[in-house]
Amino acid sequence: MGNPSSLHGDGRRRRAIVEEARERIAAALGADPAEVILLSGGTEADNLGVKGLWWGRGGGRIVTTAVEHHAVLDPARWLAQTADATVHESPVSPNGSVDVDAFRTALPGAALASAMWVNNEVGAIQPIAELAAAAKEAGVPMHCDAVQAVGHLEVDFHESGLTTMAVSAHKLGGPVGVGALIARRDAPLSPLLHGGGQERKVRSGTVDAAGAAAFASALEEAVRTRQGEAARIAALAARLADGIRAAIPDAVVRGARDGYAPHIVHAVVPGASSEAMLMLMDASGVAVSSGSACTAGVVERSHVLQAMGHSAEESRSAVRFSLGWSSTDADVDAALAALPDAVSRARAAGQ
Amino acid sequence: MRVLAALSGGVDSAVAAARAVDAGHEVTGVHMALSRNRDLHRNGSRGCCSIEDANDARRAADKLGIPYYVWDLSDEFHDTVVADFLSEYEAGRTPNPCVRCNEHIKFDTLLERASALGFDAVVTGHYARIDIRDDGVRELHRAADAAKDQSYVLAVMGPEKLARAMFPLGTTTSKSEVRSEAAARGLGVSNKPDSYDICFVADGDTKGFLERALGERPGEIVDQDGAVVGAHSGAYSYTVGQRKGLGLGNPAADGRPRYVTGVDTARNVVTVGPETLLSVSTLVGEKAVWLAPDVTADAPVECHAQVRAHGEPVPGRVTREGDRIVVELDAPIRGVAAGQSLVVYSGSRVLGQATLVR
Repeated sequence: MGNPSSLHGDGRRRRAIVEEARERIAAALGADPAEVILLSGGTEADNLGVKGLWWGRGGGRIVTTAVEHHAVLDPARWLAQTADATVHESPVSPNGSVDVDAFRTALPGAALASAMWVNNEVGAIQPIAELAAAAKEAGVPMHCDAVQAVGHLEVDFHESGLTTMAVSAHKLGGPVGVGALIARRDAPLSPLLHGGGQERKVRSGTVDAAGAAAFASALEEAVRTRQGEAARIAALAARLADGIRAAIPDAVVRGARDGYAPHIVHAVVPGASSEAMLMLMDASGVAVSSGSACTAGVVERSHVLQAMGHSAEESRSAVRFSLGWSSTDADVDAALAALPDAVSRARAAGQ
Repeated sequence: MRVLAALSGGVDSAVAAARAVDAGHEVTGVHMALSRNRDLHRNGSRGCCSIEDANDARRAADKLGIPYYVWDLSDEFHDTVVADFLSEYEAGRTPNPCVRCNEHIKFDTLLERASALGFDAVVTGHYARIDIRDDGVRELHRAADAAKDQSYVLAVMGPEKLARAMFPLGTTTSKSEVRSEAAARGLGVSNKPDSYDICFVADGDTKGFLERALGERPGEIVDQDGAVVGAHSGAYSYTVGQRKGLGLGNPAADGRPRYVTGVDTARNVVTVGPETLLSVSTLVGEKAVWLAPDVTADAPVECHAQVRAHGEPVPGRVTREGDRIVVELDAPIRGVAAGQSLVVYSGSRVLGQATLVR
């Protein structure tokens, strides 16, 4: 099997596959090929964005938000525990939008800033251009977890003003195990993996040529069909959100029409536990998620919902419906048919 | 029936679930996460709660082809079983946390939640037998394997819960039968060690656990005449009948071993004395649960009483007095501590259960 870093013919052909994928990925994201660092997925990209910039800048304060994915929050907190980082987590409003003034105020002198484009639990869309401009003004490099944005919103790396940006293939219908950190040429990144010096010397390890090609194809397809799909999915999501509101009047429902991302419908259902609703929906053939992180299957209280002002109990009472290219009207019908019974049983079962 | 199988990650619950599948039930597996800070790996002889155990449970469910979920009951477990364990010791009594777990978690929180979610029964890997008579009465019996019998810790569930419980291992004649059945079914847990320690007490160090939770409270150990014979770091960690770990410097005048005969946590005093002071010929239990509707016990009924999980059943006569159970023993026994569970049997059948007051 040719190694894309090898100089012989087979290696060159592999290298060509990787480089062509890199060019396609760059084009789809408004970046240059030299700015695409291929790696294993969103988690690694976020870790490289946070830890790589922190070490590359020689340490200091990390400015982020209270609703970040654990792939950003945990590296930041880990640096605070094991090194001398301090972490500022900007609060968010009840709808999940970061407090831009708090974020801006914390920036001067920081090592790096980091904010997600679209929240993975509730679908809140952050004002990334505004945050990136504030960071630029303060001279602070800014990372963005764009895993949930690409394919659903228009994402243009050069337009965004970001320093680095995390992208994952499998959220776009590509394979698990491949992703990219898009990084400006001048991004002060320290490597996490040392070795052969691949990928601008910040990500050693043989590049997965097949994964890169599949990532490029999935990304191109997601971006190409985005507008048509986004409208179709948003219509499904709106019908789902309306149906949930009608069936469960006291549920707090968040969806595209309320300013959230088009592919997520999120409902907080007071008095019903996430795990019971998830199990009952599953038994009806409808896959929903609790929305929050799991450790070996345990639904944790959502730090996102708590940051948005929900109580500890409500933060364990959410279900998230994710819609995608394969979602249909029939899926929405099935979800709406199963939900009322699931909720009433889950409520009877208590928290 | 639609049944919910509690999967601890051990071999017993996995085989119990497998037998429920074989019996034609629609089985869903649930692992109860009971610890707030779960260890990554199994540790010593504790039987549950690590993430490794949860993964073992998941793999068993995979093998059986049943859905699998984790329910976080750590708050309920902490607020009932662990809190009760601490407050009982703090009050000078000797609790059995496995009894409390069956009472509050497995056959209350889990069972009631399962019922509300549409399940007809809960399946566990306990060793006890349920006989359904022609007249519909359900009898709880000791397991076929006396060494593994767990009827003692199950009696607390009462008749109404018993109707919604299934113990597929009750007829099993030995644990090795369960292990070989697990191996034959391809269940990876077939060789997993048995658990016997209290699951939330690390290293089986109950005294250390109590001291960390309740703080050291140094006090005196006195003999039956009130003379100070030693010191302790907290009366709560002593149990009536205890002989080891008293740390008494000088032997008793008669040279005989001394036992804890009284624990007074209000005064923080531990009393010790000779074995003869431990003799009890009447057992009185409160908060009685009666599992034999056909046995009124208004007048004394022949029985065997058991006061410890692996204790010897002793003969006597039981009378029910409302919320109380009184057993007059044929011969006195020693080492009976308030707080322990009293279970009364007729042959292999459980008649009732109560918490000992003296």
